[in-house]
Amino acid sequence: MIRSPYTKLAAALLLASSAPVFAETHTITPGDGAQERLQEALILAEPGDEIVLEAGHYMLTDGLSLDVDNVTVRGAGMDGTVLDFTTQEGSGEGLLVTSDNVTLRDFALENPQGDGIKSKGADNIVYYRIRVTWTNGPDPENGAYGIYPVESTGVLVDGAKVTGASDAGIYVGQSNLITVRNSIAEANVAGIEIENSRNALVEHNIATRNTGGILIFDLPGLPVMGGGNVIVANNLVVANDTANFAPPGNIVAGVRRGTGIMVMANDKVLIEDNILQQNPTAPIMVVAYTQSFDDERYNPLARNVTIGANNYGVGGDDPQLDGAEMLVAAFGGALPPVMWDGLGSLSAVEGTQGWTLNLPEAGKGLEGANPGPLTAPVPQGDFDREGIGAPAELDARIL
Amino acid sequence: MRRSLTLLAASAFALGGSFAAHSSAPQSVSDAAIVTDAMPRSLSEFGFFTDDAGRVPSGDLIPYALNTPLWSDGADKLRYLYVPEGGVIEIGDADSTGGLLQFPVGSAIIKTFAFGEGEDQLYIETRVLLRRSDGWTALPYRWNEEQTEAHLALAGARVPITTPDGEEISYRIPNKNQCKSCHSIDDAVVPIGPKARNLAPELLALLAAEGRLAAMPRIGSALPKWDHASGDASHTASDQANTNDLARAYLDVNCAHCHQPGGGASNSGLDLRWQQSDPFAYGVRKPPVAAGRGAGGLLVSIEPGDPDASILVHRMNSTEAGVAMPELGRSTIDHKAVAVMRDWIAEMDQ
Repeated sequence: MIRSPYTKLAAALLLASSAPVFAETHTITPGDGAQERLQEALILAEPGDEIVLEAGHYMLTDGLSLDVDNVTVRGAGMDGTVLDFTTQEGSGEGLLVTSDNVTLRDFALENPQGDGIKSKGADNIVYYRIRVTWTNGPDPENGAYGIYPVESTGVLVDGAKVTGASDAGIYVGQSNLITVRNSIAEANVAGIEIENSRNALVEHNIATRNTGGILIFDLPGLPVMGGGNVIVANNLVVANDTANFAPPGNIVAGVRRGTGIMVMANDKVLIEDNILQQNPTAPIMVVAYTQSFDDERYNPLARNVTIGANNYGVGGDDPQLDGAEMLVAAFGGALPPVMWDGLGSLSAVEGTQGWTLNLPEAGKGLEGANPGPLTAPVPQGDFDREGIGAPAELDARIL
Repeated sequence: MRRSLTLLAASAFALGGSFAAHSSAPQSVSDAAIVTDAMPRSLSEFGFFTDDAGRVPSGDLIPYALNTPLWSDGADKLRYLYVPEGGVIEIGDADSTGGLLQFPVGSAIIKTFAFGEGEDQLYIETRVLLRRSDGWTALPYRWNEEQTEAHLALAGARVPITTPDGEEISYRIPNKNQCKSCHSIDDAVVPIGPKARNLAPELLALLAAEGRLAAMPRIGSALPKWDHASGDASHTASDQANTNDLARAYLDVNCAHCHQPGGGASNSGLDLRWQQSDPFAYGVRKPPVAAGRGAGGLLVSIEPGDPDASILVHRMNSTEAGVAMPELGRSTIDHKAVAVMRDWIAEMDQ
């Protein structure tokens, strides 16, 4: 097709008109007064502006925050620009974002005293090549979440790396339209956790050396309920064998060491094309919420969970479960890769090896359990992928 | 008319005394500085005070006090309202907002944080809330060492101070965003303090009588009087504040701006507002959601009869970032408040 110069001009004008006219770049360097200079830039930024963090080590004493829409914060790479919170004296997180259409890219946070980056009510946020590291490795004194978007619509986490979180490395809570991909979660209690959220796509990630690799949870008593419509696909979930180091009382403190992919409650979850290796308790675990609750809105069962074709390696060979020895012996040395509690509903492609607790009722512990081989129907029809994942506009920002 | 109100209010509520006597020097507040979409570099540009040191309030300011104040490392707080000529404050909904007064455009709320007694009193910062046409704007101003002027501290600051309890601390002046962290409901900046239930009825009556307040608001159940200075929370027969009321009032004023639906910590599901009557919602046997290590290994926010097993006490009793609650606004422990919380939880039906 030959485009006339007028068409090209019209297209160019159209593009120009949608771009902010007075977008500015504010460049911040490390060194004296970095806390104030950076925070002031975050406050004074106008929509469309970009804040550039030059390479180097920024020593910070207080949490930072951004409350301006449509701002990009760009570092010189996740190993080049390091925001160091080792001596942080105040705030519950390293960086708090409360505005919409924000892009965070190419920088790192180290040793935040609470959470790493929290974005709350921050719609259409992109975390791109962000690193959050607690440098002392697994430790209950580390902060809870590395990357922590919550109560947001439109979340894209791509190319991130989180290590050492005492709860979840990448945690998306009470949100909608989510993609977490191409990221590495290592040595956290939970590698990646999607909680009370809908329409989430978790793909092409590496979850390793966590207590549990990828968790899809739905909990009672929260403002946003009804988690589901989640796809967990094409992830490498390997050697999640770190002893649980979460402070007791948190929901992930109950996750068994050696859990690969875990679904608790939720409606409509697809798990397929993942590689699961050396997850000694359960490569895949699908269970109901086990504690008591008082919330009429809540369904504690895992419903409509589809186990597609996955690549199962060694696993289930050293389960952290009651009666492990007996169970392992009964199944001939290792538990089959898919563990189900027998409640709710689950389908699995032909040839899926699994076992079920055959529990008669949710919330009664192992009472009445009658473990046996999994028999599950094959999935009927294709999993409905419509509307799952972050909006395409977020992809466009990091092309 | 306005002068009389100011003097009456000042004397009726015994606010530090020293400035009430000086409020004769007339100086007009700059309405332009309040409503313009700008951030004045210096506090003096507002004309809230007639002297450079900010000790003498303009005759147009209305001093006020709160029944239960927010605790900030034991700082003394000097509070003023400003309502522009002809402006009328509307009464807020008693049930949903606790009767938060609805200020007309051009109003301002001014609060100075000070440490030390008498001649040794040092002003640290003055925070202003400005009611502009597009909503409230919060700005922090830091006093200089000479105590002659206060400059905008957009990014906040840390200042070494000695608290009334004798602790040497690094006091945190919040940055502009941190102001909003607390003063925010559904992403809009709102005042916290001036709710009908937390103000003296005498002040409300005066404002109403002078036509500055549209009507005398329905107060419903008023917050009890907390008095940190007296050595403990005042527990006098006259205000009949029992431990439950003191505890709930403290949580309402110090915590509920985040811990309520639409607040900064809404995702925790914890609702610490005074009017919340569901014990689970205000923490009784409620497991943590996103507390992480902040939970200190404890299983629920409040374990009736067992303060030591209650996350709420644990977090109020810490100064460690990531554990301490509130997250902002204090560097020391409010021991009196912790004591009241402990009593409250210990006395709860199990």
